[in-house]
Formats: sequence, C-alpha cells, structure tokens
Amino acid sequence: MKLKKYYPIFGLILAVIFIQLLVSGIGMQFYLTQLTMSAYYGIVIIGLSILMGYAGQISIGHAAFFAIGGYTTAALTTMNFAALTDVPIVNFLIKTGLTISGMDPYGKKIIYISPWLSLFIAVIITIFIAALIGVPILKLKGHYLAMATLGFGIIIYRIVLGTSIFGEADGISDVPTFKFLFNFKINSDPALRVENYYIAWLIVVISIFILTNLINSRVGRALRSLHGNEEAANSMGVNISRTKLLVFILSAVLASVAGVFMTHFNGGIGPAESGVMRSVRYVAIVAVGGMANLWGTLIMGIILNYLSLRGYFGSYDDAVFGIILIVIMLFAPDGIFKLKYCNNFIKLIKKTS
Amino acid sequence: MKFEYLLQYILSGLTNGSIYAITAIGFNIIYNTTGIINFAQGEFLMLGGMSAITFSQYFPLPIAILFAVIVTSIVGALIDFTIIRRMKKPTVLNMIIITIGLSILIREIALHVWDEKVRSLPYFTGDETTSINFFGAYIPPQVLWVLGISTLIVVFLGFFFKYTVAGRSMRACSSNITAAKLCGIKTNNMITFSFVLSAAIGAVAGAAISPIAQTQYDCGTSLAIKGFAVAILGGLGNSTGAVIGGLLIGILESLSISILPLAYKDAIAITILLIILFVKPSGLLGKSEISALKEF
Amino acid sequence: MNIKRFLSIALSLIVAAVSFSCKKAESGSIKIGAILAVTGPASFLGAPESKTLKMLVDQINVSGGINGKKLELVIKDSGASPAKAISFAKQLIEEEKVFAILGPSTSGETMKIKNICEKAKTILISCAAAEVIVNPVAKYVFKTPQKDSDAVKKIYQTMKKMGISKIGLMCGNTGFGKAGKKQLEKIAKEYGIKILASEVYDKKSTDLTSVLTKIKAKKVQAVVNWSIVPAQAIVAKNMKQLNMNVPLFQSHGFGNIKYARQAGKAGEGIIFPAGRLLIANDLPDSNKQKKLLLDYKRNYEAVYKEDASTFGGHAYDALTILVEGIRRAGTDKEKVRDAIENLKNFPGTGGIFNFSPTDHNGLDINAFTMMTVKNGKFVPYKK
Repeated sequence: MKLKKYYPIFGLILAVIFIQLLVSGIGMQFYLTQLTMSAYYGIVIIGLSILMGYAGQISIGHAAFFAIGGYTTAALTTMNFAALTDVPIVNFLIKTGLTISGMDPYGKKIIYISPWLSLFIAVIITIFIAALIGVPILKLKGHYLAMATLGFGIIIYRIVLGTSIFGEADGISDVPTFKFLFNFKINSDPALRVENYYIAWLIVVISIFILTNLINSRVGRALRSLHGNEEAANSMGVNISRTKLLVFILSAVLASVAGVFMTHFNGGIGPAESGVMRSVRYVAIVAVGGMANLWGTLIMGIILNYLSLRGYFGSYDDAVFGIILIVIMLFAPDGIFKLKYCNNFIKLIKKTS
Repeated sequence: MKFEYLLQYILSGLTNGSIYAITAIGFNIIYNTTGIINFAQGEFLMLGGMSAITFSQYFPLPIAILFAVIVTSIVGALIDFTIIRRMKKPTVLNMIIITIGLSILIREIALHVWDEKVRSLPYFTGDETTSINFFGAYIPPQVLWVLGISTLIVVFLGFFFKYTVAGRSMRACSSNITAAKLCGIKTNNMITFSFVLSAAIGAVAGAAISPIAQTQYDCGTSLAIKGFAVAILGGLGNSTGAVIGGLLIGILESLSISILPLAYKDAIAITILLIILFVKPSGLLGKSEISALKEF
Repeated sequence: MNIKRFLSIALSLIVAAVSFSCKKAESGSIKIGAILAVTGPASFLGAPESKTLKMLVDQINVSGGINGKKLELVIKDSGASPAKAISFAKQLIEEEKVFAILGPSTSGETMKIKNICEKAKTILISCAAAEVIVNPVAKYVFKTPQKDSDAVKKIYQTMKKMGISKIGLMCGNTGFGKAGKKQLEKIAKEYGIKILASEVYDKKSTDLTSVLTKIKAKKVQAVVNWSIVPAQAIVAKNMKQLNMNVPLFQSHGFGNIKYARQAGKAGEGIIFPAGRLLIANDLPDSNKQKKLLLDYKRNYEAVYKEDASTFGGHAYDALTILVEGIRRAGTDKEKVRDAIENLKNFPGTGGIFNFSPTDHNGLDINAFTMMTVKNGKFVPYKK
C-alpha cells in the first residue's frame, strides 16, 4: 500500500530509460541535449507548481532563484585562484581538496573552487534570500503578492545586469565541468550526452520523490487545506505562515539547484535567465499543467521547453506562450489534464488495458 | 549642490515622473470597476503610440491621435468581448495570468504588424531642441503637455466616477458585483466600458509620451511595471494618488542619480516600493479599511 | 498514470518528428547555419542580419551557387537567449551538420558557443562586436564587426584635433555598451583624455536629462554616448533641451539614418565613427568598397523597402567571407578555415579584411571614417 504512491516515479524512470534507448536506437541521440535542458527547467517548474498549486502563492519572480543558483556557481568557479595561492583562505581550500586545478583551452594554469562547494554555497545563499524576502512577501495577497514577486525578480535582474563580476549584459561563459558522483561529468561536451541526460533526470526523480513525500505528509495535508481555506486551516492548528515559508524556500532551492546544474551543463549563463519573460514562462507552464498537478506540470514543462529549445516556435516563441496562457485560462483553468475529453481518454485506456 | 542643478534634477524627475503617472492612471479604471489589475495596460500605451505614429503620416496630429484612441479602444473592447467575458468565475490568480498572456500576445502581434524599429511622434509644440528656461534649469514643453493631460484625465475621472450614472455604476460593480447586478446594473457592459475607457486613456498617454520616450513594440512592459508600482504606491484605484506617487518616484530617482551610480536605479526604486508594500500595503493615499474589504 | 505520461511524451516526439522533420539536404548543396536574435531585445541587430542573409543566399543561388553548388540557409531565432543559442549551436552542428555557423548577434551568446564550435571544429563567423570573441584567438572563430577599440581610438583622435580633453561618458547596459565603456576607459590615457563622469543607464530609459545634468555639472568639453536604440536619440534630444552646447560623440552603433531622423533637429552635428556603408555615395570611385556597398544598399532597400544599416552589413560580410573561402578551397572545412585565415585585401561592408593566424577580425582602424549628421543626412566629418 505504501509503495503505491511511488508507482508513478517507477514509471518515470522506465520512461526516461525507454526514451534514451529509443532515440539512441534510431540514431537521434542529439534530442537528448534538449531533453537534458528541459529536465533542468522541469525541476524549476515542479517547484513552482508546489508553491502555486498547493500553497496558492503566485510567484512572478521565480527565474530569479534559478539565476541566483546559476550565477553563484558561475561566478565562483570561473574565478582563477592560480595567482592567489598565498592567500590563507585559498591555501586552506586547496589543502582541504575543495579546489580543482587544470588548464584552460589556451594553456593557462587555473585553480578554481570545486563545483560541489559552489553548489553548497548557492543553496545556502538561496535559503537565506528566500527566507529573508519570504517572511514579508508571503503576508501579501493577490495583486500585491504578484507585484512583490515581480519586483523581487526585477531587482535580481538589475543586480545581475549591473554588476561586473556577473558579466553584466554578456553573462558568464567558460564555466568548468562539474564532476558528479562516480566520475560522471556535467558539461557541454556532446560525447557525454547520455550521461548528462541521466544525471539531469536523476535530479528530477529525486526532486519528484521529495515533493511526492511532502504532498502526502502532514505538511502536505496542511498545504492542501491552505489552498482551500486559510482560516479553516488556521483554526485546525496548522501553522500557515510557517508552512507557506517552508514551501517557498523549498521551491526556491529547487530552482536554484536546477540553475547550478544547468549552468555547468551549458558552460555559461546570461541575464536573460533572470528576466521577467522567463518567470512568466514558468508561470505559464505551471498553469497549463494544472497548478496543483505535479505530474501534469512536469510533462508540460518538458514538452514545451523541449519544443522551444529546439526552435520549433521560431520567431513566435513568446507569442506561443502568450496564446497558451490565454487559451488555458479560458477553456481549461485547471490545466489541460483536467479537461473532460482528456479524462475520458484516460478512462478509455484504463478500460482497454 | 548649486541651486540651478538641484532645480534641474527636480525638473528632470518631473519628466520621468509624468510618464509614470500617466501610465499608472490607466491601471486604476479597470481596477475600480472589476477589482483586477490589467497587466496588458502597458500594451495599450504602446498601441496608442504606434498607431498614432502610423496615422500621423496621413493625417494632422490631433486627428491621428483621435484615430489611435479609437483603434486602441476597439482593441480594449475586443479583449473584453472575446476573453474576459468568457471566463467563468475567475480568481485573481487567473486574471493576473490571463492579462499577462494578453500583454505578451499584443506585443508579439505588434512586432509582426509593425517591426522591431523605434519610432516617435513629433513634439506637440516646438521641436527636439525647444526647452523652457526656468530659473536657469530647463524643461521641454512636452513634459508640460503630459502633466496637463494627466491632470485633465484625473479631473475627468473624478467627475465621471462621482457624478455620472455610468461612473457610479462602475464603482458599484467594483464594491460588490452581485449587489450591483441586483440593482439592475448591466455589469457586463460596465466591465466592457471600463476596458474601452482605460484603453482610450492608455492610447492618449502613449501618444503624449511618444515624443519624449519613443515607441517600440516592446516598450509597454517596462512602462507597465513602473506604472503598476506607482499605482500601488499611490493606493490602488486612487488616480490622484497615482499622479502624486508617479511624480514622487520620478523626482526621487532623479535625485538619487546625483549621488548614486545609475546602473541600479530601477533596483533602488523597486526596493523602496517593496518596503512600502510591506509596511503599508494600501499605498500612500489608499485607505487600509477599503483594501481590506476587497476580495483578493 | 504511466500510460498517460508515456503517451504524451511519445506523442510529442512523433509530432515533432513528423511535422517538423528537417528537410533532407539536397545532394550537392552546402548547408549554412545562422543563429540570430531576430526577435527579442537585440532584434535591431538580428532582424536586418537575417534579412540580409536571406537576400544574399537567394542572389547567390539564382546566379548558380558557388562552384556549382547551391547554398542552403538554416536561420534559428535565439531571441538573444544564451540557453537557446547553445541548444541551437549543438543542433546545427550535430543534426543539421552545417558547414559553418554565422552569428550570433550578441557578444554574450557568441561567448557561450565559442567553445562548442571550437571543439566541434565548425567555423563560426560572429556578427557581435566584443573583442573577447577573437582575443584570445580560437582556431575556428572569426568575427566581422570592427573592433570597439578602433572606434574609440578614432573618436579620441578626432577629439585631440578639436582640442578636447575633458569628457563625460554614458553607456547603455547592453553587451555593446559594456564593451565600449571598457575600451573608452582603457584607451583614454593614451590620448591624454580625462573622463570626468562615467554612467551606465538602462537601455529602455525614457528620459536621460538627470544623468546629463550630472555630467553637465562636471563641466565637460564633450559627451560620448555608447549605446543602441532608442537611447541614442534620447541623449541627443536631452542635451539640446538642457542647453548643453558641447559636441556629442556616438558609437559606431549609430549606423542607421533612421536614428538620426529620430533625433530630428537635435541630431544635427552628432559625430561618430562608422563603416563606409552610410556614405557610399560620397566615396571616390577608386575606393575598393564603393561598388559592393552601393550594390548591397540598393538591393537591400529594393527588397525590404527600408534603409540598409551597418548591422545587416556584418551579416553580409560574414556570408561573403565564408563564400569566398569555399570558392577558394572547396568544401573541406579545414581548407576553408585556412583559406579564410589567409584572406587578404578582401573588401566587405565593414572595411577591407586582412585575416591572419593572430587576427581573426581582419579589420583595422582604417575601417572607420568619422561622420556627422548634416541636414538629416550622414556626411563625412571634416576637420
């Protein structure tokens, strides 16, 4: 009985393996590149789904957390300590094995801090910022909440765009390889496509696992009650503000972690990742997937990002997302997986199988 | 700081402030009727500016602006007829999302109707080099036009919402839509009307600021964000508050430039706004009791 | 649950494969990829670039292609997003197996895909300005726009002649503005020029009088503005409105007569360096660039009914350089790369290109002429 809630996760793992075998089998393994990138965006989206769907809080600034993660790791790992080995702190880092030394493509010696350390720092920074702004922001409602999160997103975008260590308008490039567990590497080398694909999906699976557990826990029940009726939940002894804050931080951390890995996979990050349009896009995808539908948002996140990253929308990329928002809100405010014919379709499949 | 420079900073602040103010007013009309914020308001400004520029190639300026107002109003009406009216029991979250979608869609359509190039209307009086000397500081006459138009709109709206039947019905819709219906107000028509009105005011604003700020297919978003911030600062629904809030932010920004690097200007303005939101969410001139009654 | 998910993913894959499946390259044609910011914040670069490429490829194919082979152009719109540029670069290299990639339009995107192209040994001819693209030199990466540092030197030379030594800087917060600011501050000393104020403003600014007031208070002898549309015209107007009677210098990003018209009367007297495309008519007949500049201008204006700009010219140069390389060396990537690297005295819209193993830009300071605006037209600046 207990295992039952994990069935979808097993299904996901099988689907991931199946798709890899399928595309490699038919010689289309380059689809994996965009599937990997979509997977990272998918992590941001399921995090936002928990926040918007279960906690009922809109956030038009979620790209900011992705950028915080991505920029932290990009800025830290592209700093070259080769000339600073005498500085005590650098020396300490080198001795404790928290740095990596190597050569850049032009034969210069470089020493940079381990991406594991920068991942850790990024998560700490994200938790700190999310907690700091979460306390006042989550007291707001409706338009005020929308404005506040939008404002937060703009502040981060401005800081990224105006600060020289973040590369200003050019962003940061030449971000080094992230040596993952068992010597697997996260970088943009096309030869490592398959292992990168599995690493990305492993992180998706872990995130889904955590979120599924959260939804089914005591906190999860509190969340659901919270979306329905705050006063009632309050009177039942659920600590609303603490629960909301917890979810806000969790979804921020997921976005940030996705940002860290995506930046290493791409080998760089630019200010467009923290822009308002990016945040709006996340909101759009969560709306399409049906806010409180973890699997729905994940599927739509993967499909839409995949199509967008492959350039199928051409010059109409933004327009497509605008139309999606309108059409979904008009005809299927609960997401396309809640549409009647979709349900009938599922019933039909269940009957036949 | 020398007096004339101080004065110049204040006058420069007025220029940006007048743009913020005239943008913010547009938000309030739809808000006052429906209780929703139209995130596509910036696109009304863009449409007004763009179509006025196109018409001005064939007609004299006042007629071009009139046509632009008509075109934009029709767009406003269409939005309500085709989309807003069709929504069943929309929540605030749904409305925020759908108006964001509209804003993106209008912007992308404008990109393909016109193109990516920057355009502008000619100055209403004088030309690009004209400015009025004011105790050693200078102000271009177009700023006075924008301020004058904003004041006229505020006065007109104040009169309209207070003394006309249509205006009162619109306010009734906003406080309680069911009660308004029971009183025999055709709420649907009032909502359409509010979209038309705010599109028209957006178009006038877009045309008025075009000589200063110039118009491009994607200029709506950044205007709308600032305008929205100012509308909240002044107290949502309060047009006088919007003008005061707009000028205040404009002047503060301008003065901050004299001591701080410019790169973080927007970040500073928004930080101030966030702090105000946290401390007094009803805005400078908004009454907290009223905002507490609103259903969010 | 499983079935639902599996079906939707499978369905999307099938839809993707069927409806968008890439056309198989005609045998004997050469496939060239282009990543350009046709829409989004850098569309003022990407749009003329993509129009230029389409027009040129049609012309080349109508006249029989190169060495009897037709060109096939795949343009990808990145919307100036680095993530997309990376995805497209990989797609073009691995799936489309393009011969070379033209673009991207912005420096940020180019720097993200520089290493990808280098590793894949695919020729990349960038249309972005920043000097980091070709410095340090990557074997397969070239760029066509002139160097920022040369533009800055040209401006400072003119200032010296005019007796200007104290200036104020204004730069937009774009990649272009950032790169320009760096060079302006670095080179000032060489020419004995003092920068009294240096400000970065938002590219979407609506009014800049307050910044100009700050600069005015410093009593500068000239203002240099390094930005793109629409701020270029706003700065000019605001200066006149503030009664600032010092000369205004703009960057080579001022390369479209529309921008001068945007500023109207206030645009008169703006001084800026630019490639010779804008004054092609005034060039002496002996000039090697004159014929191709006039041809490009006439064709572009006839096809698209809008003014040709130097931005479209960057894409023109990128394609013609590649075509020249193929014409000389055939369809072997390595040989074409070598041919481009050894290309000398090749006239383009940006100047006369002289590539070498240490210079993958190939343009020098002579690519620029100082120009000014007179009666709403660009004319060579003489002093």
